[in-house]
Amino acid sequence: MKNMVEITVENLFFKYPDAEKYALKNINFTIKEGESIAILGENGAGKTTLAKNLNGLLKPTKGSVKIDGVDTRNLSVAKIARKIGFVCHNPDHQFFAETVEEEIKFGLKNFGFTENEIEKSLLDVLKTFGLEEYRHKSPFQLSGGEKKRLAIASIIVWRPELLILDEPTIGMDYAQRLNIQNVLKNLVSEGKSIIVITHDVDFAVSLCRRAIVLSGGEIVGDGCLRKLLSNPEVIEKASLRKPFLIELEEEIGFSVIDEDFDSISESLIRVFDKCHS
Amino acid sequence: MNAVDFRNVSFRYAGSEKEALANINLKIEEGESVLITGPSGCGKSTIAKIIMGLIPHSYTGEFSGEAYVFGMNILENPVSNIATKCGIVFQNPENQLFTFSVEDDVAFGPENLALPPEEIRKRVDESLKLVGIEHLRYSSPNSLSGGEQQKAAIASILSMYPSLIVFDEPTSMLDPSSSINLIQSIFRLKEELEKKGGRLTLIIIEHRIGLLLDHVSRIIVISDGRIVLDGEPLSVLYESFKKKIPINIPPILQIYFRIKDRCGLEKPPKNLKELFSYLREASSEKHG
Repeated sequence: MKNMVEITVENLFFKYPDAEKYALKNINFTIKEGESIAILGENGAGKTTLAKNLNGLLKPTKGSVKIDGVDTRNLSVAKIARKIGFVCHNPDHQFFAETVEEEIKFGLKNFGFTENEIEKSLLDVLKTFGLEEYRHKSPFQLSGGEKKRLAIASIIVWRPELLILDEPTIGMDYAQRLNIQNVLKNLVSEGKSIIVITHDVDFAVSLCRRAIVLSGGEIVGDGCLRKLLSNPEVIEKASLRKPFLIELEEEIGFSVIDEDFDSISESLIRVFDKCHS
Repeated sequence: MNAVDFRNVSFRYAGSEKEALANINLKIEEGESVLITGPSGCGKSTIAKIIMGLIPHSYTGEFSGEAYVFGMNILENPVSNIATKCGIVFQNPENQLFTFSVEDDVAFGPENLALPPEEIRKRVDESLKLVGIEHLRYSSPNSLSGGEQQKAAIASILSMYPSLIVFDEPTSMLDPSSSINLIQSIFRLKEELEKKGGRLTLIIIEHRIGLLLDHVSRIIVISDGRIVLDGEPLSVLYESFKKKIPINIPPILQIYFRIKDRCGLEKPPKNLKELFSYLREASSEKHG
């Protein structure tokens, strides 16, 4: 397989065994390299089910999902995983190794990285995710937020071409959210793709250009994230909320999307220039 | 009466060099609504486990100090005693659902109190209704989405008619409007109970402070196993801002704290519209 990934979803329908209703209906879209996509939608809309169809954990009931032109039905989950990393929402489901170090090394070993590469990558992600002091601890001894960071670290470490993250910001404080945001932004600037399933619209707006909005198992919006999240109808339909930064921009009439609170505050003071002392 | 009373409580998990909590003194009165927040790994969930008696009874480690919950010394009372007064909704709700139907999970607690069947049925009905998942009554917890599981876990606590509920990130899996609805129904429940003369103490562990700001009367900030701030919500958030403690201060307050002195703003805005109208007022007063 070549060094990037393209996914084509065609007329995808998915039903869980024993379920009466389809969890996903008539889904169509394409993902190209270097994309940053948020999958948004209300609880039970089918977001996680869709993600699991993209990495072959689930296979379509009807229609198809193709990774670089090959139907996921003809690919093994392991083979897909090398290219498409998946961080699930509950880290407890993902961990099995005895130490944080082993957890992180597992993927690398399986994908045949050399000892040197493994050691270097391990140290890198431990540092990036602030996990150095837990290196020899059991993953299950970590707090909720630390587990979440380890879950992301142990996938990102083998640098998949596409990274899918299910609710990555849960349990994270402000500094860690910013950190994850930057790590993911860097991946995108290197040409990797990311898909973030999230309810955290403020996080999504600072990270993703495109949104796929689901409601009741169907796509109700696919396109520019900022446009979709400015659209009251889409917001209502998918139980979302307008991100703070978009609201702010609508009030002041210029873009503040990549600015931090210090510079936003300065801009505001300039707008109301008469009020500075 | 104090719902929670910690005196010099410290705890170190077995196999860890560092204390998860160091010398915590904490009193929470019956009927209070308290938000506990702080950087992840700071000890928030450890406090919750002590209140429930899970520490020291089910976790190995080194516990010192004294902890009382409704006057019960947690060292002298088994978890089952404490569970008659206190309920907890865990971070990962699927970890606390274990039967084959939502109904059975919600009935499990009351059944263990050996209540009569009509009473159990009544409580199950009420609890499912309060969190809005009556339609999932016969579903298997495994088939539910993350958010639905969270609601099922909450219903299974409500059916115990607890005096204190600890929520460990109750909205982590919920979409924005379900989060708001859930928080509102938690506080509505508290109000209803109080109208009938009952008391309910709420301890909520959350990173999403903005959701709770209008509801709680007190915020406690934990950092590195210690209580670093404790008091009235707005002043606690302002102190956190000044000390650069990395908690999720709502965006509107992030801006307010930065400009309030320079622009002469007297009270915090609830939303952007209010912020802008305050700014206009302040500027016209100055030049008016």
